[in-house]
Amino acid sequence: MAGRSASMHELSITQSLVDAVLERTGERTVTGVNLRIGPLSGVLPDAMRFCFDIVSADTPLAGAQLKIDEPRGLARCRNCRTEFELNDPILLCPCGSADVEVLSGRELMVMSVEVA
Amino acid sequence: MRHEHPHEHPHDHDHEHEHHPVTITLEQNLLAKNDLLAARNRGWLAGRGIQALNVMSSPGAGKTTLLVRTLTDLGAKLQAGVIEGDQETSLDADRIRAVGRPVIQINTGAGCHLDADMLQRGLDALDPQPGSTVFVENVGNLVCPALFDLGENAKVVIISVTEGDDKPQKYPHMFMAADLVIVNKSDLLPYVDFDVDDCLRQIRQINPRTDFLVLSATTGDGLAAWYDWLDGSTSRSDSLTESLSDAH
Ligand SMILES: [Zn+2]
Repeated sequence: MAGRSASMHELSITQSLVDAVLERTGERTVTGVNLRIGPLSGVLPDAMRFCFDIVSADTPLAGAQLKIDEPRGLARCRNCRTEFELNDPILLCPCGSADVEVLSGRELMVMSVEVA
Repeated sequence: MRHEHPHEHPHDHDHEHEHHPVTITLEQNLLAKNDLLAARNRGWLAGRGIQALNVMSSPGAGKTTLLVRTLTDLGAKLQAGVIEGDQETSLDADRIRAVGRPVIQINTGAGCHLDADMLQRGLDALDPQPGSTVFVENVGNLVCPALFDLGENAKVVIISVTEGDDKPQKYPHMFMAADLVIVNKSDLLPYVDFDVDDCLRQIRQINPRTDFLVLSATTGDGLAAWYDWLDGSTSRSDSLTESLSDAH
């Protein structure tokens, strides 16, 4: 995968995260943020953690604990109907077919926050 | 609040008199705001029968050369404007302007991609004619722009044969999103180690539905197929066909 400098879309996505949380929590101190980031979302959890410290500084989210749930990717083959684990975007069934439906793994969600 | 007695109690005893944290459920997609603005752009474009093409590549793949050549070759047959996303310079915009086409420059600064809000501002400034084509030249980068829907009709990804044929494996998200993949600089194929068939095979594994063209913006080889694609006479993504026919 690409290095940190090429992955700074996490910076603007983290900014969206902070904006979305502040819209709901206003001035209240946020102590925890619960995310769900799938392996097919195009976002690297580590880059997100790195960006969160920068973006949340001087906001009510500063110092909040970032918990990232990383669900597995799951796909179903339209050819042989098998369900199989898919942890990168190469959509290839063990049977050789690339006609594959992604069932999960594209999640890029803020699930909940904890406020003091 | 400090307890002086030994710590035989569970930890949360310490917080007995404090407010318990409250959990607020959000369950919100982090790209929701961008996607909403993108949907608004898509409606705005469809209502005017404008086709917007989001052109993406790594730096140096020849995006601007292909656009300049396209605008020159098609002349008045293609009513088009360009929105240029650039981190700092206006060099690409200057090259488009020299062809005599309207161009709007958006400097993203540190940003590595255009987002839907930037496209909206670009469209406001460009004020394209109904029925025209808008080329959106995204920031040169194969990672970040893939995630941000602009509300475009189609995503065009350009790679050049000098970059190596493993690009689809390295940047799967970009190729997954592509409606058309162009392999540029085909005139250099005899001199570089680039296997077109293998590259296409990798792309098909990631995205079985994308269109695929090999051309040289420098010599003009293969450009006829690109002009046909632009014209809509070759296969296109459904969204484009639908939004254009809606508008007629
Ligand atoms: Zn299968």
